[in-house]
Amino acid sequence: MMSVPISWREIPYRYRLIGTKCKKCGKIYYPPRKVCRFCGSKDLEEDKLSERGKVVTFTVVRSPPIGYEKYAPYAVGIIELENGVRVMSQIVDCKLEDIAIGMEVEATFRRVTEDGESGIIAYGIKFRPVIK
Amino acid sequence: MRKVAIIGVGCTKVGEHWGTSLRDLFTEAALAALSDAGIEKVEALYVGNMFSGYVQEQEHLGALLADSIGMPGISAAKIEGACGSGGVAVHAGYLAVASGMFDYVLVGGVEKMTDLSTGHITTALMMAENRDYIGFTGVTFVGLNALIHRLYSKTYGAKPEEIAAIAVNDHNNAVNNPCAQYQYPLKIERVLESPLVADPIRLFECCGIGDGAASLVLCPLEKAKALADRAIEIAASTVATNVLSLNERDDLLVFDATRKAANRAYEIAGVKPDDIDVLEVHDAFTITGVLALEGLGFAKKGEGAKFVSEGNISLGGKIPTNTLGGLKARGHPIGATGVYQVLEVVKQLRGDAGKNQINGAEIGLAHNVGGVDSTSIVHILRRCG
Amino acid sequence: MKPLVDVGVVGYGSYVPMYRIKTSEISRVWGRTEYAPIEEKSLTALDEDTITISCEAAKYALLRAQIDPKDLGAIYVGSESHPYAVKPSGTVVAAAIGAFPFILSADYEFACKAGTEAFQTCIGLVGSKMVEYAMGIGVDTSQGRPQDELEYTVGCGGAAFIFGEKTKDTVAYLEGSLSYVTDTPDFWRRDIQMYPRHGGRFTGEPAYFRMIVSAGTALMKQLGLAPSDFNYVVVHQPNQRFPIEACRQLGFPLEKVKQGLLCPVIGNTYAGSSPMGLAAILDVAKPGERILMVSYGSGAGSDAFSFVVQDAILAKRDLAPKTDVFINRKCYVDYAMYLRQRGEIKV
Repeated sequence: MMSVPISWREIPYRYRLIGTKCKKCGKIYYPPRKVCRFCGSKDLEEDKLSERGKVVTFTVVRSPPIGYEKYAPYAVGIIELENGVRVMSQIVDCKLEDIAIGMEVEATFRRVTEDGESGIIAYGIKFRPVIK
Repeated sequence: MRKVAIIGVGCTKVGEHWGTSLRDLFTEAALAALSDAGIEKVEALYVGNMFSGYVQEQEHLGALLADSIGMPGISAAKIEGACGSGGVAVHAGYLAVASGMFDYVLVGGVEKMTDLSTGHITTALMMAENRDYIGFTGVTFVGLNALIHRLYSKTYGAKPEEIAAIAVNDHNNAVNNPCAQYQYPLKIERVLESPLVADPIRLFECCGIGDGAASLVLCPLEKAKALADRAIEIAASTVATNVLSLNERDDLLVFDATRKAANRAYEIAGVKPDDIDVLEVHDAFTITGVLALEGLGFAKKGEGAKFVSEGNISLGGKIPTNTLGGLKARGHPIGATGVYQVLEVVKQLRGDAGKNQINGAEIGLAHNVGGVDSTSIVHILRRCG
Repeated sequence: MKPLVDVGVVGYGSYVPMYRIKTSEISRVWGRTEYAPIEEKSLTALDEDTITISCEAAKYALLRAQIDPKDLGAIYVGSESHPYAVKPSGTVVAAAIGAFPFILSADYEFACKAGTEAFQTCIGLVGSKMVEYAMGIGVDTSQGRPQDELEYTVGCGGAAFIFGEKTKDTVAYLEGSLSYVTDTPDFWRRDIQMYPRHGGRFTGEPAYFRMIVSAGTALMKQLGLAPSDFNYVVVHQPNQRFPIEACRQLGFPLEKVKQGLLCPVIGNTYAGSSPMGLAAILDVAKPGERILMVSYGSGAGSDAFSFVVQDAILAKRDLAPKTDVFINRKCYVDYAMYLRQRGEIKV
């Protein structure tokens, strides 16, 4: 079951990796925030994150939640982007056994899940080995 | 703030209770606790539960279960903190008595996981994390812990068998716990050969899916004196939270919420880790148990796995841990676990732990967690008199 | 056709998924002994579709165009495998590249020439100065019925082209274009059917060859040009033989066809076919060189374009990965994984 308003609301942040940056201390957040937990400022603006990074750690999900069965097994990792911000995302376009901590990856636009055969499709960013 | 005591405990066996509803499972544990306490009525009820709304399509557990146990009218509420719901419910009950507001309070935790299939439970468990950004990636709760498991191994060189040893410890202890879900020993080889669930975590490193309910009766310590050794003091009850999502944490290998809750609890109770005689850690996965031992101050940073594999947490070891099976073998009926843990420490301190009794246990610690150290609850219990 | 002001390609980008299946593997399963029309073809990952490929190609086109996505006045995606029958793929592409909200968008369908139909519209919008920049994308993740002849050639991929007024930043400007359309039922798919049907050999001479040769010949005549004036030609590529033969009929030798001929290694990418061929040509073409592009869409019709490459191509083409980078990024699967990835196993 997928909420249409929730999927729609998160589009810019999910499609384009847009986070928020604290105007006072410069700390960047993803997912986006309204309050900076470092300096307490409530003055944060939207900030586009880098689309390149390195794998910090990863796993392979073999027992998926509802809506993701079709894609299993798939890898999920924490990726540290070029400006130090970390995101969690699937890692695709490589053999599962080839994924390694430290691997250089870049963002790619992919299908994430869908609400059955007739419901809406949720798209988002995943990461793949850098295409040189 | 008044001192608070636990004067009654009760629980169901953890298992697949196909024929029992959530209402009846809770009632069974609650009545057992009331009977153990020797009282008929309480003034307030706090119910710990994580996902009755998803699995049973049932919320409003405070009013529902107050009614189920024959006490509509009392103050009641459902308390939720993911897998730490039980612990935060105990904390709520503690505050209610310590504040002077109520004298007799019932705290209970209940979860019926078997009412929906594994895919649904996997989905329900991810409600512990940020749904729109972390759940959205398709990562599962096991997966989140696997991210940490892999990084821990890489950073400290811990071997798979060292991290997995805590599961063996749990099973050894559960053999003598009639309430445990799995009452058989488990060899380390079997753990390491079990199928991968979310690499690198294997099936037997994960707690199972089960139903259960556990309950406690709380009252002010001064009213419990007549009960002598049956009353166990809650010397400290603390809750701390962490930056919710793993990708936003500064150090993935430090359980900050656990550290905060534990340090504050030690301070309030006036004890140190060395003073703890018996311990319950939240080992939903082997790696969680390992990092809990480090966060609670029993093992140094990066040495938790070695600490376990060297036998320090066995019944005869330095700090007997999960003496009645822990989350792996006694079981982890999500919202009830925190209450089971406190109940088991109470049993030890009362001398009621049967074959696994730690003789002369005076002070115990129960550590319950919601999410991946996103909420951490520490209770330090002390024998009275 | 020529617009009121000169128009050209400001940026372009292409994308092919990395998975491949060899046609010999398909032959193995069906016990086919005849020669297969191509070597191997591309297929999507489980989480790719026409929209995701469009977004990748669009992002690379923007990298080369070096424009603010908000200056795009239109995004049209031409395909016969849009994920939604109702809800334009272009709306998702626009959101993915930050092109909202004052933009035209619609899905184009004209079989394999849906992409180039989109190009014609973009040229019109830019050439009439209604918009500053317009993006047309030809892309498909085509359907081929198992055991049908088309199963050996149906591939996936796409290319995006951003059109703008001709300036020194234009990588290739348009000399002229035309469209040649008839009611020819050579290949079709009825509503809610999963797989298309086709007329076998009827798809050749009366359809594919007639449209391409008619359109290509007419455009060259209108512009007063001959095959010798062109350095490259790219036509729609349903297999390896047809495009070589069609170009021969138009008067072009094999050397001028080779650069844009991608079908042998990625298959027929339907609406992505000739656009991707054009992208592959722009990846190597020198300033001053002339390119003829003739698409073909069943139903049936052809769009013909004549482009001349400018100096701007030299700096811009290295701003994004070239088409052959994607073509050479490969991971082979067997027939069972192919069925799974194509969503043809009903669960």
